[in-house]
Amino acid sequence: MHDELGDPEFLALLDNEGRIEPRDAMPDAYRKTLIRQIAQHAHSEIIGMQPEGNWITRAPSLHRKAILLAKVQDEAGHGLYLYAAAETLGIDRSELLEALHEGRQKYSSIFNYPTKSWADIGAIGWLVDGAAIVNQVPLCRCSYGPYARAMIRICKEESFHQRQGFDLLLTLSNGTPAQHAMAQDAVDRWWWPSLMMFGPPDAESPNSARSTRWGIKRFSNDELRQRFVDIAVPQSEALGLTLPDPDLRWNAETEHWDFGEIDFSELYDVIAGKGYCNDERMERRTTAHNDGEWVREAAMAYAAKQKEKAA
Amino acid sequence: MTALPLWEVFVRPKRGVSHVHAGSLHASDAESALRNARDVYTRRGEGVSIWVVPAAEVTASSPDEKEAWFDPAADKIYRHPTFYDVPDGVEHL
Amino acid sequence: MILDLADDALILSHRCSEWLTRAPEIELDIAFGNIGLDLLGQARSLYALVGDEDQFAYQRDTHEWRNCTLVELPNGDFAFSMMRLLAFASYECALFSTDPGRDDLRAIYAKAIKEATYHLEHAEAWVLRLGDGTDVSHARMQAAVDTVWPLITELCSSAPEVEGVVRTQLAAILTAATLTVPTTTASTRRREHTPHLAHLLNEMQALAREHEGATW
Repeated sequence: MHDELGDPEFLALLDNEGRIEPRDAMPDAYRKTLIRQIAQHAHSEIIGMQPEGNWITRAPSLHRKAILLAKVQDEAGHGLYLYAAAETLGIDRSELLEALHEGRQKYSSIFNYPTKSWADIGAIGWLVDGAAIVNQVPLCRCSYGPYARAMIRICKEESFHQRQGFDLLLTLSNGTPAQHAMAQDAVDRWWWPSLMMFGPPDAESPNSARSTRWGIKRFSNDELRQRFVDIAVPQSEALGLTLPDPDLRWNAETEHWDFGEIDFSELYDVIAGKGYCNDERMERRTTAHNDGEWVREAAMAYAAKQKEKAA
Repeated sequence: MTALPLWEVFVRPKRGVSHVHAGSLHASDAESALRNARDVYTRRGEGVSIWVVPAAEVTASSPDEKEAWFDPAADKIYRHPTFYDVPDGVEHL
Repeated sequence: MILDLADDALILSHRCSEWLTRAPEIELDIAFGNIGLDLLGQARSLYALVGDEDQFAYQRDTHEWRNCTLVELPNGDFAFSMMRLLAFASYECALFSTDPGRDDLRAIYAKAIKEATYHLEHAEAWVLRLGDGTDVSHARMQAAVDTVWPLITELCSSAPEVEGVVRTQLAAILTAATLTVPTTTASTRRREHTPHLAHLLNEMQALAREHEGATW
């Protein structure tokens, strides 16, 4: 009887090579866990296009319009790289999309928050993409080859995303009083949700041990969260903006920034579907997919006709 | 619901090196697959040649036995992180 | 004339960007992004020849805009958007093949024609697939053709000598796609903008206008 973690050959491959590739034998649970994690990551990229995409038509300069259009386009691309990685595990993209549309698979709840002002675009780039980078860099060494390779590709493009967000906020912070206030307001709203992107505290994360053994998860939620805070605090000072945490304090002993307690009840509400924009995000996604059916049908019909002609 | 078939994409990043597997995408036919591949996998000027192959046509082995299209991408300078002036002393960007 | 084309490119770019998160396949979101970025780049290069790009984009009122009707219409369905793109790209390819008589424009034309060629191929591929796909797609595509065809004269009004070439090229593509080429043509020159432009500009300009003199 095989241990749920995998038989000796699989574990040896994992420990010696550090990489599992699509045709390697693998435990069913490893395969299922990866499909779910990669797919939900992909869904997050696709849904994540919406809160920012909403501002392309309202961008206040052509320079910013171009940058934002390129960024949102990149996110679509990231979704595609990830769906492609998930498909190497023997599942079709259409099944994954179905799971998303039917609520069986999820996306990062950070994208259920509304983008209330232009400054939110900067805050998302600086904080949300910043947090994503901290999460994603370790995944570049994830045990599953296709996922790791997709992550390398994504990480290369992601630093542009964070940098443009920082740049946008810097311009606002140094702008008119109204612009500065806009930037500060956005940071005040996006800071805590960004911290919650790293997931529940380690003590409340049930599946971590197995994911760690399988080389899917290299660092704990709390470790990554602390890393993000340590990076972001000096950056906030460079931006001339404050962070909405009165308990933020440099700890000379640990050489980390101590921060206040996170109210995870909001996160759990949003996960459970009670977020501000949950319905809106899903409706846009499912409508695009359903409305596109006649186009996909037509494309396949045309392809079939061409094949017949060639035969 | 209609699903479009899967294609594997190979890109030759520059002359002198061989095609490398870049990933996959969905398209209804080869021409669409090529066009999609150009948009998805060579947006930052990463390629001079693209191959697309229906995933179903790829035969794999078992482990134990063992000028014109790409020019427009080159000037989109805001895609690259080095485009931005990061203020001195700001790290991790 | 430069402003006509710049405005055409910017408005159409804006329309393309509206397709992101709404396209029939994720690959098409990316394609629309690509086309939108190309057109935005063209607009910016052209505005730069005559003044401040953001002044043109954000501070002019509706009646000051010189784009044609075709580009300001809402996206409609995917068939309409592809037919519109086909017509516009065909026009651009024809226009960019002519000699503009000055070096700075020559440089812009040389770069833009590669982009327009790509847009044309993309739109042509879809018009073919939708025209010769299913009965449903054929009907939608024909409706798009019927709407776009009369607007081509106005589209070409800055360079009327290319209209013939454009119509001939489009007719060939439509025929190959099993679509009927309309026999009527309108001879409208530039006229009043439709109400759609005011809505578009309202959304596009609101934030910039709210903060006078601000840098973004």
